[in-house]
Amino acid sequence: MRFMTIVQAAEPFGMPPPALIEAIGKLAAEATRAGVFVETAGLAPTSEGARVRLSGGRISVTDGPFAEAKEVVGGYAIFEVGSKDEALEWTRRFMELHRQHWPDWEGVTEVRQMSVMGPPPHL
Amino acid sequence: MVCPVAMAADTHRAIEAVWRIEQPKLIAGLTRMVRDVGLAEELAQDALVAALERWPQSGVPERPGAWLMATAKNRALDRFRRNKLLERKHRELGHELEIEQETAAPDPDAALDDAVGDDLLGLMFTACHPVLGTEARVALTLRLLGGLTTAEIARAFLIPEATVAQRVVRAKRTLAEARVPFEVPRGELAERLSSVLEVVYLVFNEGYAATAGDDWMRPQLSQEALRLGRTLAELAPNEPEVHGLVALMEIQASRFAARTGPDGQPILLFDQNRGRWDQLLIRRGLAALARADSIGGAPGPYVLQAAMAACHARARTPEETDWPRIVSLYEALARIAPSPVVELNRAVAVSMAYGPDAGLALVDGLVAEPALKGYHLLPSVRGDLLRKLGRLDEARAEFERAASLTGNTRERELLLERAAATRR
Repeated sequence: MRFMTIVQAAEPFGMPPPALIEAIGKLAAEATRAGVFVETAGLAPTSEGARVRLSGGRISVTDGPFAEAKEVVGGYAIFEVGSKDEALEWTRRFMELHRQHWPDWEGVTEVRQMSVMGPPPHL
Repeated sequence: MVCPVAMAADTHRAIEAVWRIEQPKLIAGLTRMVRDVGLAEELAQDALVAALERWPQSGVPERPGAWLMATAKNRALDRFRRNKLLERKHRELGHELEIEQETAAPDPDAALDDAVGDDLLGLMFTACHPVLGTEARVALTLRLLGGLTTAEIARAFLIPEATVAQRVVRAKRTLAEARVPFEVPRGELAERLSSVLEVVYLVFNEGYAATAGDDWMRPQLSQEALRLGRTLAELAPNEPEVHGLVALMEIQASRFAARTGPDGQPILLFDQNRGRWDQLLIRRGLAALARADSIGGAPGPYVLQAAMAACHARARTPEETDWPRIVSLYEALARIAPSPVVELNRAVAVSMAYGPDAGLALVDGLVAEPALKGYHLLPSVRGDLLRKLGRLDEARAEFERAASLTGNTRERELLLERAAATRR
């Protein structure tokens, strides 16, 4: 089962403390060694992004930052695990590191299953 | 308000997840200490039972792995204290625990990492030790490193649970009786490694193309093999064949969604919608292959097979496939690992690169090969080449023969369809 974990927080994200970066690096190494860590990336601030919206039959492009959004996506990771609970446990550890090393930070990590590698979606 | 019963159920599921993640590391570390896989597994189970008792009240600890390991070690000491017969082991274990406490680094995580990696690798080599038969190695590896229950293994291999349980028990006894040391074999690494890789690839293939039953594939088994392979690549990063096997599995797994049609029927490589190939896994596979190549040396069988799989993965359409390269890779494979099956595959590649008659000439040379006597792919390939050459009656006979030889329901249906298609 493949899961995408999506971290969301209010902008600006600020610079994470070096201790957090190091701890996350270790967690990633551990998950890699467990054979479950497939890929990860951080996203640039929304001020460098844009939104393309289809609404009322019209397509419009709005440049960032996304001022109206309370929390925006800051990054994602992809896990391949045996169950949703395993994905949750890796995510819990990820958030635990934030709690320890960046006490002021608040945010949410969404855990979503990706529909790949199995029977075709129409089954 | 959160219902307490629901919360307890959540904790149980969380414990199960922690268990899946921590169990191989626990068993590996404990085996190093007590030098007995069976005892290590029991101690790990004891720790799980303790967690199931405690955590629903206390909550999951911050470092659940460390908690489980400390609990298991205490159980080990308890057991040894109770059992005078094992006094020597007790002294050894006590000694080891003391040393560990004395040398405990300020950052337990940092100190642990390499040791844990070595323990896991040691456990893989133990579970795949040549003193065990293949079936025993597979069962023990899935049990100890995959964390699968005997029931799960039984279901995956379509065999009775008692059979699996017996295999695991016997395997553990065999290891104890043979006094197999718990170690990473430095001297004979390549040789012992091939025994591990064989088990991993066997599990992968069991999931990829089930040899029996109605399920044409059991992705979860392949997924577990892929996970074990990825772990192995982290533990033995300087071994090109490990990366070769991972590359091969990643690329083959990338075709999972494309391999079956709406009714579950198999779709052959050239008929697959390449847009359904999983590009994430292909990218990982090509990266693993590049890692193997960068280590250098003459490519081994897994690197060569991965390179072949990569030829297909890189081709956006079947016509773009670099068949001459695949032929040369099969020639290299035939030199280091000659087998009639490799020859048959080489014949297919030759037919694609240089025409069906060139391929058929090679296949005809294999018809008398005793090792391929009951192998359904021989008549299947021969039938395909005859069909391409317009020799339809002969092709039909070959497809029907192939259908009678395969044990897989789906594959038999496909072959009978191809036989029927020669009449149209």
